[in-house]
Amino acid sequence: MSTKLIDLQHITKSFDGQMVLDDLNLYIRENEFLTLLGPSGCGKTTTLRILGGFETPDTGRVIFDGEDITGLAPNKRQLNTVFQKYALFTHMTIAENIAFGLRIRKKPESYIKDKISYALKLVNLDGYENRMPDSLSGGQQQRIAIARAIVNEPKVLLLDEPLGALDLKLRQDMQYELIRLKNELGITFIYVTHDQEEALTMSDTIVVMNQGYIQQIGTPEDIYNEPENAFVADFIGDSNILNGIMLQDKLVLMQGVKFACVDTGFGVNKPVDVVIRPEDLELTAVPADAEEDSEEYQRAVRRVTKFNHGFLTGTVSHLIFKGVHYEMEVQSGGFEWLVHSTRMFPVGTKVLMSVDPYNIQIMNKPASEDEEAVGVEDI
Amino acid sequence: MKRRNPLLSGPYLIWTAAFIIIPLLMIVYYGLTDSTGAFTWSNVAQMGTPERMKALVLSLILSLFATAVCLIMAYPLALILTNMKVGATGFIVTIFIIPMWMNSLLRILAWQTLLERNGVINQILGFLHLPKLYLINTPYAIALGMIYDFLPFMLLPIYNALEKIDQNVVNAAYDLGANKFQTFWKVIFPLTIPGVISGITMVFVPALTTFVISDFLGGSKVLLIGNVIEQQFTQVGNWNVGSGLSLVLMIFILISMAVMQHYDNGDAEGIVL
Repeated sequence: MSTKLIDLQHITKSFDGQMVLDDLNLYIRENEFLTLLGPSGCGKTTTLRILGGFETPDTGRVIFDGEDITGLAPNKRQLNTVFQKYALFTHMTIAENIAFGLRIRKKPESYIKDKISYALKLVNLDGYENRMPDSLSGGQQQRIAIARAIVNEPKVLLLDEPLGALDLKLRQDMQYELIRLKNELGITFIYVTHDQEEALTMSDTIVVMNQGYIQQIGTPEDIYNEPENAFVADFIGDSNILNGIMLQDKLVLMQGVKFACVDTGFGVNKPVDVVIRPEDLELTAVPADAEEDSEEYQRAVRRVTKFNHGFLTGTVSHLIFKGVHYEMEVQSGGFEWLVHSTRMFPVGTKVLMSVDPYNIQIMNKPASEDEEAVGVEDI
Repeated sequence: MKRRNPLLSGPYLIWTAAFIIIPLLMIVYYGLTDSTGAFTWSNVAQMGTPERMKALVLSLILSLFATAVCLIMAYPLALILTNMKVGATGFIVTIFIIPMWMNSLLRILAWQTLLERNGVINQILGFLHLPKLYLINTPYAIALGMIYDFLPFMLLPIYNALEKIDQNVVNAAYDLGANKFQTFWKVIFPLTIPGVISGITMVFVPALTTFVISDFLGGSKVLLIGNVIEQQFTQVGNWNVGSGLSLVLMIFILISMAVMQHYDNGDAEGIVL
């Protein structure tokens, strides 16, 4: 996993004066499952189209396997694309679709026949050779699109939101299918999606993008547990993001309460963004009518302050059962906290909220738009 | 499915019966009877005279030629239109549609003025001291009129078919290694065959049956089958022979449409690869 297979260097691209990619730098290693993740308009699809050869960058170079392919036509590139909404040739049978690239390359018919049956087996669609694309379901068409691409033995497979048009259950099945395919083929996958769950499930590396800039590059665990800025934290999973002041190393003030944390090096009395995942908040119920100096209340406080630092009081305002957990909203000091818990606290319950110092993420506030979108090249 | 009120289709059925089915049955009736109302094949057999066979063959040749030229001209134009920016496309398509709003008789009359012995083209040639050309009253003039008149009917269905092709399907062909030429012949063209078929039908059928174009641009010198039939109704006044000849022509049209239909349905095996 160490060789650089693709290197994007200082790529910029704008459409009608609208900057879509601004000095993008990114390398992709061999056999990597890399996902470009971001909201629509973040430049992820444009990046993929530049890799596929369907767009030419305004400036910058695309290096593939040591060669500059920036100006190379799509049909001369050693990579294949699986398009959004399949893009099958509706006037050809499944076998003819899969054979398309091989016939263009004038491979012998016996070789093509073997390849077709190999590819159909790989995507679990044996016996579909003579069907027409229109007679297949969305998931089957998508698998044919993948089969059509991989028979050409590309070094890299580009996938442009391939599961976007499928329903939830099918999407989850296809995620496993794609991981299996990637492992069996041993090639590089570059995957574009706006679905963070898809990205976390399948990727070796996730590249989070926003407004033409790379926000963070890292493993799914890195991205989820150590988001580098508020955008990433907000985009990946649910988060509570609020203003805080870093009083000193390992001590942050939010909503007027001091909390212990593990971050250092932010300086003294520095305004910061504080990110807490909803599943990291711990709730303790206190009786609604308990006085603050009552024995019952004090016992609850002692329980939540076992970390010795900080808690907030609030009231549960919404409750939804989500299957694995309950999702609750807790009103506290004018902020609506999102809380996930396996324990249920009915609406109206007065609660104390505490959080483990390890689960508080401190981030510098962006000084400007440009800094928010700082280009991160190294993982 | 929701229960439908059969009465709602009433106006349509009455329209269809009054203006399509009954006239057709009347043509069949007149075509297969003589002036006394007795059954006969003789009206149909009237097509067999050398003069009429000549007109039929000439009609077939000219309409096939006009259809082919329309196709060759319209397809590249439709391709160019599809690849243009949205605003520009609307403009060019409008330019092609505006003449269709004008009466076709007027447009053909305009060509008559251009092609006449002392018409605009020959006047220009005379001004340049070049010999005059014999343009009007030739089969070429008729073919020109057909092409001019029917080109939009070829352009629009092809343009529509091209418009409907998902750009990603074209990109997929490039992506799989096809060059522009291969992409066109293996992907783009086969996907537009339904449009080509309806374009061919919409040009060939009116071209085969026209009598206005040949009247104005062919004079009395060049007779097409349309003129022969028209004469039976308007000059000779023999509705039976006119209907009989119409039936023969109708059979030719039905055959050509059946052939087209075959290619339309069988495009996967028939035309591609």
